[in-house]
Amino acid sequence: MALTYPVELHYTATHEYVALTGDVAVVGITAFAVEELGDITYLELPSVGQTVTRGERFGTIESVKAVSDLYAPVSGVVTAVHEELVDAPETIASDPYGNGWLLKIRLTHPQETEKLLTAADYQAHLGG
Amino acid sequence: MRYSPLWECYQNQAKLTEFAGWMLPAQFAGLTPEHQAVRQRAGLFDISHMGQIELQSPHILEDFNPLVPTAITQLKPGQAQYTVLLNSLGGIIDDIIIYTQGEGQIKLIVNAACTEKNRKWLHQHLPRAVIQPTSQALMALQGPDATGILQTLTPVALQTIPRFGHTIVSTKFGHIWVARTGYTGEDGWEIQAEPAVGQALWRELLAQGATPCGLVARDMLRLEAGLHLYGQDMNESSTPLEAGLGWLVAWDKGDFLGRARLITQKNQGVAQKLVGLVGTGRRIFRPGYPVRAQGQTVGHITSGTLSLSLGQPIGLAYVDTPWTALGTPLTVQVREQELPVTVVKRTFYTRTG
Repeated sequence: MALTYPVELHYTATHEYVALTGDVAVVGITAFAVEELGDITYLELPSVGQTVTRGERFGTIESVKAVSDLYAPVSGVVTAVHEELVDAPETIASDPYGNGWLLKIRLTHPQETEKLLTAADYQAHLGG
Repeated sequence: MRYSPLWECYQNQAKLTEFAGWMLPAQFAGLTPEHQAVRQRAGLFDISHMGQIELQSPHILEDFNPLVPTAITQLKPGQAQYTVLLNSLGGIIDDIIIYTQGEGQIKLIVNAACTEKNRKWLHQHLPRAVIQPTSQALMALQGPDATGILQTLTPVALQTIPRFGHTIVSTKFGHIWVARTGYTGEDGWEIQAEPAVGQALWRELLAQGATPCGLVARDMLRLEAGLHLYGQDMNESSTPLEAGLGWLVAWDKGDFLGRARLITQKNQGVAQKLVGLVGTGRRIFRPGYPVRAQGQTVGHITSGTLSLSLGQPIGLAYVDTPWTALGTPLTVQVREQELPVTVVKRTFYTRTG
C-alpha cells in the first residue's frame, strides 16, 4: 500500500500532521505513523481548554506493537478533542487525514507554523 | 538475514519483520482478521525459521532422557512430547517438542533463536548421536477447520491421529510430515516438507480456504492460550517450577540435569512464579512493566496484549509467591497509571469442542 502525504498539510519529524485554517490547527498522525504502529489499541488526549506547547507531549498512542508519545506541532489552546476515537482508536488507521483527526488547537504563536515541514520535506525525512 | 523456503510465496503480500535473524511475515490482511480466521476457521503460518534437529543413535530416547525433566523413554514412534532442555542448575535452555520417529530416531522442533545453542549442547551431551540440523519448509495450519482442509490433500485418515501424534502422508505434491501440534490453542497441524513441495502446499492450503497469518497474530494466539515464549516468559535463569511448567517434571524418572535444584525448590518453594493477569480497559502490559501490591513492586510483566478473544488486556508476569494465588488483586504500572489486575489461570482462552 502506498502511503500518501497531502501537499496542503504540514508535518513534524515526530510524525504528526497539521491542517491549518486561519488560526486553528487540526492535528493528527501521518500515514507513516499509522503504518509503523500497526493495530492501534489506545489513545490518550488532552481536554478542551488545556494549553499545549510546541514540541511537548500532549498525549499517548498505543498499538499491539508499541507505545508512542504524541508531540504538539504548535503551541496553543485545545478547542476540540476527537473523543469518539478514544473508544475506537483503531479507526484512526482507515482515514488518518480525515476522520482520524485527534484535536484542534487555536494557535497562540502562529509564527511557529513556519518551522513545520512541507510534504516534500517530510518525505525526505522519512527517506533519510 | 535468512529467508524461509516459503519466502517467494508471500513476499509481496505480507508486511515483513525481522525475527531471530530471519525475515518473516508480521502480518497479511491484519491482526484482527488473521486472529479470527484461526479461532473460527483456519490460519496458515510460515514457521520455517524454527529449528529442526534430527538425532540418531541406537538408544536415542535413553540417551536423551537425562537432558529433560519429563519421562520420555516410553514414547512410541508417532508420538511426541513437549518438554524443556535444562542446564545443571535447572534453568531452561529451551522449550522443545520431541517427535519420536522410527527406531533410534527423534526429531526436535526448537526455537529459532536457540537452534545453534541447542545443537552445541546436544553435541556436548550426546557424543554418540548423529545430530543433523535440517532446513525444510515448516508451516502451521491451525484452527477448527485445519484438519478438514489438510484432509483434502491426502487419503490418510487424519482424524485417527491424536493430539501430539505425527506421521508421513502422501499428497499429490509428494510426501509430507504432519504433526498434530501447534502454538495457538486450537486444533491444528505442523507440516514439514521439502522446499518445493512446501511452496506447492502453501499455495494449495490457501486455495482450500486457509488464511495466511503472520507473527503478530501468532503471538496473541499463543499468549491467549497461555503458551510460553522462550526468551520472554522464561530463560536460562528460570526453572520449570518458576515458569509454571512443573507438570513437565517426572520426579520418579531417575536423575536428570538440574534435578537437585528442582527438588530443593519443590521442598522449599520458589520465590517467584509465572502467573496470568487480566485487567480492564485498553492499555497493553508490556515486558518489564512493574507489578505492584500494597505500594510495593512484587513482580514484572513478561508478555502482554489486548486480547481479541477476551476483549481485555492480558499478561504473563513473574510475581513474588505470596501474591500468586488465583483471584489476588494486584496492579500493573503502565507508565504514569497504576491499573488494577487480577491473578488468573494462564490459559486465558480455551477452545470449545
